[in-house]
Amino acid sequence: MGLDFSVLGGFWGLLLQGTLWTVAITVLAGVLSYIGGVLFAVVALYAPAVIRWPFRLFEALFMGTPLLLQLFLIYFGLIQIGIDLPAFVAGVIGLGLHFAVYNSELIQAAILAVDKGQTEAARTIGLSRWQALRHVVIPQAVRAVIPPIGNNMIALLKDSALVSVIGVAELTLSAQQAISRTFRPFEFYLAAAVLYYIVNLGMEAVQRRIERRIAASR
Amino acid sequence: MTEQPIIEIRNAAKSYGALEVLKDISLTVNRGEIVAIIGPSGSGKSTFLRAINELDPLSGGEIFLEGEQVNKRLPPREYERHINRIRQEIGMVFQHFNLFPHLTVRGNVTLGPRLLKGLSQADVDKLAEEQLDHVGMLERIDYFPSQLSGGQKQRVAIARALAMKPKVMLFDEATSALDPELVEEVNAVMKRLAQEHMTMLIVTHEMGFAQDVCDRVLFMDQGVVVEEGPPDVIFRNPTNERTRNFLRKHLEGRS
Repeated sequence: MGLDFSVLGGFWGLLLQGTLWTVAITVLAGVLSYIGGVLFAVVALYAPAVIRWPFRLFEALFMGTPLLLQLFLIYFGLIQIGIDLPAFVAGVIGLGLHFAVYNSELIQAAILAVDKGQTEAARTIGLSRWQALRHVVIPQAVRAVIPPIGNNMIALLKDSALVSVIGVAELTLSAQQAISRTFRPFEFYLAAAVLYYIVNLGMEAVQRRIERRIAASR
Repeated sequence: MTEQPIIEIRNAAKSYGALEVLKDISLTVNRGEIVAIIGPSGSGKSTFLRAINELDPLSGGEIFLEGEQVNKRLPPREYERHINRIRQEIGMVFQHFNLFPHLTVRGNVTLGPRLLKGLSQADVDKLAEEQLDHVGMLERIDYFPSQLSGGQKQRVAIARALAMKPKVMLFDEATSALDPELVEEVNAVMKRLAQEHMTMLIVTHEMGFAQDVCDRVLFMDQGVVVEEGPPDVIFRNPTNERTRNFLRKHLEGRS
């Protein structure tokens, strides 16, 4: 049985819909992971020890266990304690938290790398410790991490395929559905791969635009 | 009755472990007075200046701003409130400018007034325009610091400090990081402040500027004030051997 890409024809709608869900999950989880990353970084660096140490443990758990398992825990596990999340929401939360922990590591390093003179200048004007952090240090740190966080966002896009196992009809699951009807895995997985790659290129273009826009303010 | 001094420092001392960087320094600065602090690197002059607003707190002695003690011992929360209020009254300009790179010139100047003075956006903008006009940087109000020269950055940094309407300005080697041809524009701004009777403490390596502008010169070495007096005396007729040596080396180096 040779390759026959004409089978794709009837399933473009399904694949494009899957691509849109993939983009939606990636964007929402990406935003969550960025905001969460900043919050986590501030907690990890500045919260009192009673909060900081349990939090570090939570971070270590998120970094040291499989994302797939985390998705199962959030989607299937939470039902047991009465929290029944839609698969899409569970997927966004799982991916978002997982990558927030990675982003937090980057943002912590960036916060610590902001020149000490910046805080001194802010404090000299009369800003409080928190105001200096909030208005001077963190804005610089979140700009500095945009390139490395872009790499994490590419990883997030690719790992979003994992939410297919909890039943979110994103691109990978859409391809599988098409395959189950046509028995043409090669054609459909290849088509999905191409679509992932196109989304990837789009994200890189957005990333470059953001980097150009903030170039003067760094 | 004499007017209360703006800054009064009594028996300032500071040590890092066994190393004494400031040894029993006292200084009184009256309203409108301009005091230069000169001395070799490592003499403690920057540390002394940074102690005044508690960036580098003293280990002993007292600092008063218009009679109110700056380095009070207070519980952490009260201290934070106290020092933030005091620092609004003390402007500081740094050797490396320390402008906020993520904010425009306007943003740099308005950040403090906006957060701390409870002014409306219109008032804050007007304030920024006034201050920037004063230092000749109004036409660069929407630029980012990365788009400015060193001299321009320092003028913006001065405007940022002035926007808080401080009672005294501290200059920590404000022109040391500048290319020689950019020094004059910053000096000109400082001279203008002097004419407006701003009270200033100026740590500097520029003897010519100190001589022209300042009312009083302190020569510091190894953590003590070796000699103090009007610029004519310090520069023309210093009594202390160390002062003479320092000035001779410094002037030779320049000519």
